[in-house]
Amino acid sequence: MNPRDPILLAHGAGGRATDDLVSGRFLPAFDNPFLRTLTDSAVLEPLPPGRPALTTDGFVVDPPVFPGGDLGYLSICGTVNDLAVVGAEPRWLTWALILEEGLDQALLQQIVDGAARAAREAGVLVVAGDTKVVPRGKGDKVFATSSGLGVVPPHVDVGDHRVRPGDVIVASGTLGDHGAVILGSRHGLQSELRSCCAPLGGLVRVLLGSGAEVHAMHDPTRGGVATVCHEVAGRARCRIELDEAALPFRPEALAVCELLGLEPLYLASEGRLLAWVRGEHADVALAALRAHPLGRDAAVIGRVVERTAAALPLVLRTQSGGSRPLDRLTGIDLPRIC
Amino acid sequence: MTGPDPFHDRARTQALGERIRALAAGLPRPVTFMEVCGTHTHAIAAAGLRRTLPPNVRLVAGPGCPVCVTPVDYLDHALALAARPEVTIATFGDLLRVPASRRDSLERASARGADVRIVYSPRDALQFARAHPQRKVVFLAVGFETTMPTIAAALAEAEATGLPNFLILSGSKIIEPPLRALVQDPELRLDGFILPGHVSVILGADFYRFLTEDCRVAAAIVGFAPVDVQQGLVELLEQVRNGAPRVANLYARVVTAAGNRTAQALLDRFFVPADTRWRGLGAIPRSGLVLRPAWAHRDAARLPVELPSPLEPQGCRCGEVLRGTIVPPECPLFDRLCTPEHPVGACMVSSEGSCAAWHRHERHAAEVGR
Amino acid sequence: MCLAIPMQLTSRTEQEGTCELHGVRRTVSLALCPEAEVGDHVLVHAGYAIGRLDREEAEATLALLDEVLRQELPPGEPGTGPGGSGAGPAGGSAGGGAP
Repeated sequence: MNPRDPILLAHGAGGRATDDLVSGRFLPAFDNPFLRTLTDSAVLEPLPPGRPALTTDGFVVDPPVFPGGDLGYLSICGTVNDLAVVGAEPRWLTWALILEEGLDQALLQQIVDGAARAAREAGVLVVAGDTKVVPRGKGDKVFATSSGLGVVPPHVDVGDHRVRPGDVIVASGTLGDHGAVILGSRHGLQSELRSCCAPLGGLVRVLLGSGAEVHAMHDPTRGGVATVCHEVAGRARCRIELDEAALPFRPEALAVCELLGLEPLYLASEGRLLAWVRGEHADVALAALRAHPLGRDAAVIGRVVERTAAALPLVLRTQSGGSRPLDRLTGIDLPRIC
Repeated sequence: MTGPDPFHDRARTQALGERIRALAAGLPRPVTFMEVCGTHTHAIAAAGLRRTLPPNVRLVAGPGCPVCVTPVDYLDHALALAARPEVTIATFGDLLRVPASRRDSLERASARGADVRIVYSPRDALQFARAHPQRKVVFLAVGFETTMPTIAAALAEAEATGLPNFLILSGSKIIEPPLRALVQDPELRLDGFILPGHVSVILGADFYRFLTEDCRVAAAIVGFAPVDVQQGLVELLEQVRNGAPRVANLYARVVTAAGNRTAQALLDRFFVPADTRWRGLGAIPRSGLVLRPAWAHRDAARLPVELPSPLEPQGCRCGEVLRGTIVPPECPLFDRLCTPEHPVGACMVSSEGSCAAWHRHERHAAEVGR
Repeated sequence: MCLAIPMQLTSRTEQEGTCELHGVRRTVSLALCPEAEVGDHVLVHAGYAIGRLDREEAEATLALLDEVLRQELPPGEPGTGPGGSGAGPAGGSAGGGAP
């Protein structure tokens, strides 16, 4: 088959066309001994000591290529980061694609290259994959699913069960850049803003090794900082207060929000970390993050306090000195953001 | 974040709050003011301004949210059009979840396969119409005088560029008739208005002379920062104290005396006032804009559809909320059967609706300790 | 829905222009504001410029505001205390004045 042809139904049929895709595009990009076996499952090496961690995600971001990344890069980073924030060392990933008949193969290659780059940066292997093709109109160019397997080392115990009053919340950098870029590009807004998408394994390692007592970590993707904080407040049965003046936002991201009538705290970030750290260790955590290229703009954005009976789980202390509750997101304000 | 903004200045906010209290202390009787514009309602709620007012100064929210006052039968009509296979509905996002009769909505229609597209500008709808000549693009023209000129400009562009498949379903409202009706409402007994900022950019400050000459109420045109609204309240209180009602233009940085003549001319070219029904307020004469007969080919209301008989939701008291005679928590459905996730009435759906603003910012006032 | 944002006009043609806010640019129709000049700040609503921002007026409004705050209320007004309103950030009453 001619690599300059668009994707055809035959490419998903499991025959020669599929083989051509695998050997022509996927294998060269991800090459590793597990993938090379091209058999039904990747049989891996025994896991190192610790608890295995497993995650999965679907990726339908629209547009599939955007300033600062693409669906391929995003999908690998997203899975890697879901492992990293629970304290796991990400090791092996799967990558399955659903392609729409008629997809331009140059776009497909761009997505594959993005995924391969992310895997190299994150130090992970893509050990299994799959390709299906659906008829034109039954998909939207390309969707990806990725599962990830990692191992949480024996001495690491990170999770919402450890969050307690007195903790501070640290953000690793400017928030909402990804969401602003995606929504902005859908509505004809141009700027120098780029998605903050990146693999966080290295940054997490630095934080966990800093000596600061890290209780929980999350990456504020779909639904943004407010959604993540609501979830943590619910699971940890605490109350979270965020400081409007301390939230790191780029002016361009805020401008996109103003122009589109969006709330910055619900905007997705990719490649950003929120960490719940023991209050007394805030400075240690900040110093460690800021020493890493992905954490230069790290800042304390809020704190955890006791939740009394009638209290709200999440409030924002505003710049003008008052405070207002932050509700859960309703509606479809922010579709297909990741 | 983005640097200090003098109109959000905390020191000025506090000083103005004290000034309001001082002026209120000298009043012979309680006063009631109304902010008309939905964007003002939202801004006031977000700043918690209502709570800071002394007890003898009441600020009620008015019917200036164009989505909230869109009657159920307009949505039913939009849904009937959406069911036509060749129609693409282009709409501002606010209308997507507003309940039509029988709890249907554009959002649900989209899930059933109707072609409903959210746009941020009528130009987006024009662009779509140009790219898809086989589709009939119907733009849901809901809004006040801020938005209607943009729709008129889009119609002008459609005419100039020979684009036959761009139509509108007009549900627009104009501000003067309800202002007059509200002044006369014996239940409300209004002493003054916080007038809309951006509608005034189009209409101009002189437009509101009738409030002074005919209605003898205080009035101030203000911007949208808390400081702007407070400044407006200070002005209204002084007008009341001095017994000298006038229209004070405190948003002169964008509102001129004459307004935007180009926009006014475009409105006049395409539209003419007609009797219109408002959700909750009933029919108000000459309170909406419809297309002039010359533009009948742009009127989606001429497309043949079957319209169901409209059914207002049971127990919904949006009408009284819109008139300012009750506050949202006084509606029995508020925060129980009617929430932002499951709205019964339009006031809860629109981001500028009183009920939505109250639900977001004011229902936990006691807890937040403001 | 009356969302109108001030942006700066950085270039224009007959019908439309590029407007910018904090580094974010968009194309805006000038059909309702044909007299706008490059460098002007305009109010943008639903993709159209609807009016120009007058910087002098903006400053005048602030000056007027501060003047009003400095004024004393007429004498004999109950509740104002000695010396008039004494407005200023140090002016004590904490009662929820700050939103």
